[in-house]
Amino acid sequence: MKTSAPRRPDAAAWALILLALAWMALIVLLPLVTVFAEAFSKGFEVFKTAIVEPDAQAAIAMTFTVAAIAVPLNAIFGVAAAWLIARFEFRGKGLLLSLIDLPFSISPVISGLVWILLFGASGWFGAWLQAHDIRIVFAVPGLVLATMFVTLPFVARELIPLMQDQGSDEETAAVTLGASGWTTFFKVTLPNIKWALLYGVLLCNARAMGEFGAVSVVSGHIRGMTNTMPLHVEVLYNDYDLVGAFAVATLLACLALITLGVKTILEWRFADELAASRRH
Amino acid sequence: MSLTVSNIIKSFGRYPALADVSLKAEPGEFLALLGPSGSGKTTLLRVISGLETPESGSVTFEGQDFLALTARERRIGMVFQHYALFRHMTVARNIAFGLTVRPAKDRPSKAEIADRVAKLLALVQLDGLGGRYPAQLSGGQRQRVALARALAIEPRLLLLDEPFGALDAKVRKELRYWLRKVHDETGVTTIFVTHDQEEAMDLADRVVVLKKGQIEQIGTPEDLDAAPASSFVFDFLGDANRLPCNAEGRTASFAGFAAPVANTPSSDGPATAWFRPHETLLDVAGEGLPVTVADILTKGGIVRCECRTAEGDLLEADYARGALPAGVTIGAAARLRPRSVFIFDAAEA
Repeated sequence: MKTSAPRRPDAAAWALILLALAWMALIVLLPLVTVFAEAFSKGFEVFKTAIVEPDAQAAIAMTFTVAAIAVPLNAIFGVAAAWLIARFEFRGKGLLLSLIDLPFSISPVISGLVWILLFGASGWFGAWLQAHDIRIVFAVPGLVLATMFVTLPFVARELIPLMQDQGSDEETAAVTLGASGWTTFFKVTLPNIKWALLYGVLLCNARAMGEFGAVSVVSGHIRGMTNTMPLHVEVLYNDYDLVGAFAVATLLACLALITLGVKTILEWRFADELAASRRH
Repeated sequence: MSLTVSNIIKSFGRYPALADVSLKAEPGEFLALLGPSGSGKTTLLRVISGLETPESGSVTFEGQDFLALTARERRIGMVFQHYALFRHMTVARNIAFGLTVRPAKDRPSKAEIADRVAKLLALVQLDGLGGRYPAQLSGGQRQRVALARALAIEPRLLLLDEPFGALDAKVRKELRYWLRKVHDETGVTTIFVTHDQEEAMDLADRVVVLKKGQIEQIGTPEDLDAAPASSFVFDFLGDANRLPCNAEGRTASFAGFAAPVANTPSSDGPATAWFRPHETLLDVAGEGLPVTVADILTKGGIVRCECRTAEGDLLEADYARGALPAGVTIGAAARLRPRSVFIFDAAEA
């Protein structure tokens, strides 16, 4: 096929380019700017007050706590699951793959509701938990469970294609050279997947901190107790505290921008090592 | 001081990969496992290395029960078809890997490791490339690094799984002689897997021919050439012609002519005669099977005549360049007869 030489965009091309840019500005840029504009609309002092206010501080701390527990656990699960799927043939492998993907296709509200059905006051284990004075829903464990469920696929999905692509030859070689299982993992397996792992953890973290639906169901919205940042934004908004809502929202927006930045750097710097997963 | 493999049985699901395989490798021997894909040769290598566990049978090395040891404990040097170098490590660190992962009490000092790496780099003729990464090397160089890495642990046994399979023809041939040289210098018992008969016959002290998980024949390349045990071995080791004949003792009779039989057929009567193209004579007149010369191909110093019988079967005759009898040209009618033939059991044919 003959490829036409690059040419100057004509009027129609310009129109399409402008349309695309306008669309981007309307859908992405305008909301982002609005968040920051609203947050600072009453000046920096008001913004600062909204951020340092105890309930906001509690929500920020809660978000980081939940992510700090859920993300490492999911990273460990992701590596283990990817290793299992990429290295072994077994019955039910397809089923396991579908199960890992399940959280992607389920509505986050359902993802939260299952925990209420299991551990809520009138849930399957509710009576037993109450008798032993263990709180899961409307408490930190519930938030962590809901977040873990929603973010389960990120790390595993990132690693499976890469590890399948790399094969097990290097690990086999390491074992024949006398390396133990853990030595093989830390010296051969992990270095080969580290950038893809970091990429998966990054996406997992972004989702964990930004998750609203599932967390909203299990949180109970107890101010200063079980609110995360996204939930706190909603609470403030419902109280007509627009500046407060947008001030906390700027923190989430900054988090998203940082994630985007690091993601771009990873994609640019380690394109070849991430390519395996991009291809699939 | 030798490796003994006895009565190994291994299957994958319902598919039998090895059915009662036994062999022995003498100290310092260079052994080739030769067979088509699915013959079980790689499985056998993996059983010896400890990467696969057989259902039954035994593997002993220097009187030690190998099956009781894990792959890690056997101290075997393994070389893979696709090199399996650690891509995030330099060549030097790849070679040193087997030494650096040893428990502290057995680990050589840093200086000793560096010294060993330098010696191995010299052995595989890669001096000065220790700082490179595998991705910066050619396929042939990578495989030499893989061999150096395997030799670094001073293996008791060196196992190579289709080591030249991923290389192009020229590099493959170079590495072949070079591997033989390294083997002769280090003296380590070596077993390599290949599906390339030329490679096996060229390189090995003895060749083990496998077919469908069973050993067809074990012998020196000369043995296999002079006395193939079955039509499978004969067919696998090179181009083969075959013709129906009648066997009587050591003579094979064809329509109007006869040829000596090189082996001892188990019974007289109708049989299939097998012979090589270079044991095939072609002439425009005289005794022989009437054929038509369909094509004449020149390759190197060899001229190959492709002949069709009246039934349309293809028979080949090889001549040295310039030695083709007068009158043998494309389209000519000619007479074809074997100088000598092999006759195997009818059930094998």
